[in-house]
Amino acid sequence: MEYFFELFLGGLTRGSIYALIALGYTMVYGIVELINFAHGEIYMIGAFTALIVVGVLTLLGWNQIAILIIAALAAVIWSSAYGFTLEKIAYKPLRKAPRLSALISAIGMSLFLQNYVLLAQTSDFMPFPALIPDFAFMEPVAHIIGSPELVILITTTIVMILLTFLIQFTKIGKAMRATAQDREMAMLVGVDVNRVISMTFIIGSATAAIGGVLIASHIGQINFYIGFIAGIKAFVAAVLGGIGSIPGAVLGSLVLGWTESFFTGYISSDYEDVFAFVFLVLILIFRPAGILGRSTTEKV
Amino acid sequence: MLSNELKKSFLVSLWFMFLTFPIMVIRVNTVENIVEWRWANLLLVGIGSFFVSALWRYMIRRKEEGVQKSESGIDRVTLSQRLLKDRRFTIPALIVTCIVTLVFPFVFSIYQTNIMITAMIYILLGLGLNIVVGVAGLLDLGYAAFYCVGAYSYALLNYHFGLGFWTVLAIGAGLAAMFGIILGFPVLRLRGDYLAIVTLGFGEIIRLIMENWNEFSFGPSGIANIPRPGFFGMEMNIEQATIYIYFLMIGLALFTIFVVNRLQNSRIGRAWIALREDEVACQAMGIDKRKTKLMAFSLGATWAGFAGVVFAAKTTFINPASFTLWESINILCVVVLGGMGSIVGVIVGAFILVLLPEYLRFLSEYRILVYGAVLVVMMVFRPGGIVETTRRTYQYKEIEPEGALLSPTSK
Amino acid sequence: MKNRLGKFLVVSVVGVFMLATGTAMAADTIKLGVAGPHSGDLASYGIPTIKAAELVVKDINAKGGVLGKQVELLVEDDVCKPEVATNTATKLVSEGVHVVLGHICSGATKAALGIYKDSNIPVMSPSATNPALTQSGDYPNFFRTIASDDAQARLEVDFALDVLKLKKIAVLHDKGDYGKGLAEFAKAFLEEDPRAEVVLYEGVTPGAVDYSAVVQKIKRSKADAVIFGGYHPEASKIVSQMRKKRMKTIFISDDGVKDDTFIKVAQKYAEGVYATGPKDVSKNPMAIAANEAHKKTYGADPGAFYLNAYSAAIALLNAIEQAGSTDYAAVTNALRTKDVETPLGKIRFDDRGDAIGVGFSMYQVQKGAYVELK
Repeated sequence: MEYFFELFLGGLTRGSIYALIALGYTMVYGIVELINFAHGEIYMIGAFTALIVVGVLTLLGWNQIAILIIAALAAVIWSSAYGFTLEKIAYKPLRKAPRLSALISAIGMSLFLQNYVLLAQTSDFMPFPALIPDFAFMEPVAHIIGSPELVILITTTIVMILLTFLIQFTKIGKAMRATAQDREMAMLVGVDVNRVISMTFIIGSATAAIGGVLIASHIGQINFYIGFIAGIKAFVAAVLGGIGSIPGAVLGSLVLGWTESFFTGYISSDYEDVFAFVFLVLILIFRPAGILGRSTTEKV
Repeated sequence: MLSNELKKSFLVSLWFMFLTFPIMVIRVNTVENIVEWRWANLLLVGIGSFFVSALWRYMIRRKEEGVQKSESGIDRVTLSQRLLKDRRFTIPALIVTCIVTLVFPFVFSIYQTNIMITAMIYILLGLGLNIVVGVAGLLDLGYAAFYCVGAYSYALLNYHFGLGFWTVLAIGAGLAAMFGIILGFPVLRLRGDYLAIVTLGFGEIIRLIMENWNEFSFGPSGIANIPRPGFFGMEMNIEQATIYIYFLMIGLALFTIFVVNRLQNSRIGRAWIALREDEVACQAMGIDKRKTKLMAFSLGATWAGFAGVVFAAKTTFINPASFTLWESINILCVVVLGGMGSIVGVIVGAFILVLLPEYLRFLSEYRILVYGAVLVVMMVFRPGGIVETTRRTYQYKEIEPEGALLSPTSK
Repeated sequence: MKNRLGKFLVVSVVGVFMLATGTAMAADTIKLGVAGPHSGDLASYGIPTIKAAELVVKDINAKGGVLGKQVELLVEDDVCKPEVATNTATKLVSEGVHVVLGHICSGATKAALGIYKDSNIPVMSPSATNPALTQSGDYPNFFRTIASDDAQARLEVDFALDVLKLKKIAVLHDKGDYGKGLAEFAKAFLEEDPRAEVVLYEGVTPGAVDYSAVVQKIKRSKADAVIFGGYHPEASKIVSQMRKKRMKTIFISDDGVKDDTFIKVAQKYAEGVYATGPKDVSKNPMAIAANEAHKKTYGADPGAFYLNAYSAAIALLNAIEQAGSTDYAAVTNALRTKDVETPLGKIRFDDRGDAIGVGFSMYQVQKGAYVELK
């Protein structure tokens, strides 16, 4: 029974990380109908920025908690900046172009950012110090769940709540929902669509950055390629839950995390990715718009 | 105007200096616990972005003007379209291409011939994917799976049953087509990006199975010693074998171009175009959506099967690492960059995408960086690809005094 | 169609004639080809070989070259991809290379060897450890200055059973060519031996977001030790997770992990980890000199496979000198019959191409550094 519980927690941790990235994917898709292939790289840049800040501040001998907070802030600020710039350069000019062209542009930016970090920094795996201290009260259960995992779960929950609050109860949230529903109408009623799109990218990038810092602290190493793999998984999760839907992204991520964890635990780690994809296909056969996706009726 | 431009460029360069500050200026090595400060980079970024942004804005402005012109009804026929239409250009170009193609392997080294063979394999792949993505409008991110099927079918059939190249060429293509149908079934109800992710998943599933099912596929160590195609049982050394494969590929490529061209202009081809334009209207016109989609997937996959068999014969060693998601993306880039739906475009795209990394070798570590940037720039300034599709459309013009009401034009 | 077939036949006949005349190679220099990953994520495994070759060639040229001719280096990148490796090999062959130092990755080497074999070119790798390369007998032109994977696996298993007296072992790998190959050997050796049982045999996905599921599985299997086949990034992640979960499981791995980077990344969790690696040659005077030369010329410590590549370069050029020509049969014969002094010791090559005098030892991380265990 303990084994089941451990796998459950493991899946929950994984799912939380995917969720932080998937949120960005789904928000951007909801507004501009674009698969932002470079989103995984934003996550990676967040992790690297945090690493750089940590490196500098550790050498200066600052207090660990302070370093953690400043590193996280730095990651969020710079990732958002990158997301914002990314949109302006690679996606804005292509708003009227065929969808496929925007996708290729996204792929190009993904390659560019990966190699940019590779060349400006290093190709090696860089250790990331475990910034989250081991809480004393966690000792008795430390062999099941560690302090970093707890922090990840709590942070993800907080982010989710904040995001839902933002989308449902604020003016900018309303503007986002309007733009997602019908961009032209939103423009007609006076919504500054450009600003809304930029805000979406910024918020999505910020959540990914938080994910980057957390996972870097949890796994202990980062390198320029982590964004790609995490990005694909998060994208699958977002689609699984219904792309464009925020609760869907979270649900899809958790489902994916649990699926992988239980499959590895009870069957085999060799085919865990295969199973995840097969699972995805099965879900989509029965619910073509994802678990929580709204199947829109098309008017002709 | 100029001072405005200078001010904007200046602001942009400040922004970029801030943006790239952590990653470009500070290099942290947590293994050695050292921090390196590179202030020179900051200056580089500032100056570079100043000029690049000015250039960028200028190019965007020109693009906007071009778009405005076409929207206001003035026919914008691109240079490539004009060239293709002009007989005086196409005939000599064709002749020159023929001569160059035939003489190529004897003038240039084996290395260059090898590159050409690779380019032609990508032409096959591009044309195949073009059917699925360009003509039928079904976004397929897992095309490399069929490529993998083709390659492994030759490797395994040869290993277990000793079947030769020519026999497997047909079998490999057939197997790939079958897998195309297998992929087609679950995705019949899916649209747009859901379709994309499932095809991506399919591609990964095939590759992962090949990687992990050691008993069947020899796993990550791959299969070696795959024989090259034989010429009536003649023993050939490497140079002769390469030249043989080169001409074989030319034959295959011409065959593919011919078949794909005919397909596009046939009933099924037009059904695909209808499917791409508007799925619902297509159904309303009485076209069997299921059959059309399945045909698109399986016919598209056949070419990947051919290409896979040749790839295995040419490299004589295959392993699953050659058929990853990146490979599917590469083939997609060939199609989109070259010009979706256009055969000439795909050929041009294949050459560029194969030759560019090879000739960019002098840039060594900056190669992929430049490649990514080129993709973005190409898409921003030419979203339709290098050779934009010419489609026969009919345009309503004002009534001319001569009485001609409608005149067919190509737009 | 008929027209095309006719043209094709004529052209190919003409072509064969043209080729038969052959191209004369400039025989003014001895050409040493160096092939491996020089860009991309595996570049750190290939670049040190270039540096080793450069230093050896500089040294030898200063002493008058080989057979009175200067040695020329032809460096080509294969990114560790088989299809690129075949391109690289063809390029080197068409440039008239006499011997090749490379490739680095077993997969790429396998792909390229066919081309070198057809052109009768001896190839020596400093790092391709796949056993089939020499044991299958398919490649009589292949040699290497590193022991093969089955030797490593044998050492790991013998150590686990004879010295540590372990009973339950979990065998893991990173699903890659090198790691999985090693793990398969380890599993086979363990299964042959009645003293121990394999309680788990799994592959971990490199680059995954979280490894807790596999680690839980290890815990549940109650294994005394983990034998891991793969490289240091995955190893450090798994070891860290295991220790964080307060697991005392012993961790034994291969020379992909016997790297100082592993210790620096895993930090305190690296303590106590066992790994096999090439025999310690730090007392060998040639090795000391080679390392000094690298530090002086490039200002940093040498990287992966440096000494193996250095030895390979010396062995190849020495064989040409001993053979008195660049003739394939003479050179390969010299490699097999004449000893040569290298930073790895005095070595020679056996019939299949493995180096005699090069072996593996077991190391353990003690107080933050790898220590060779006798």
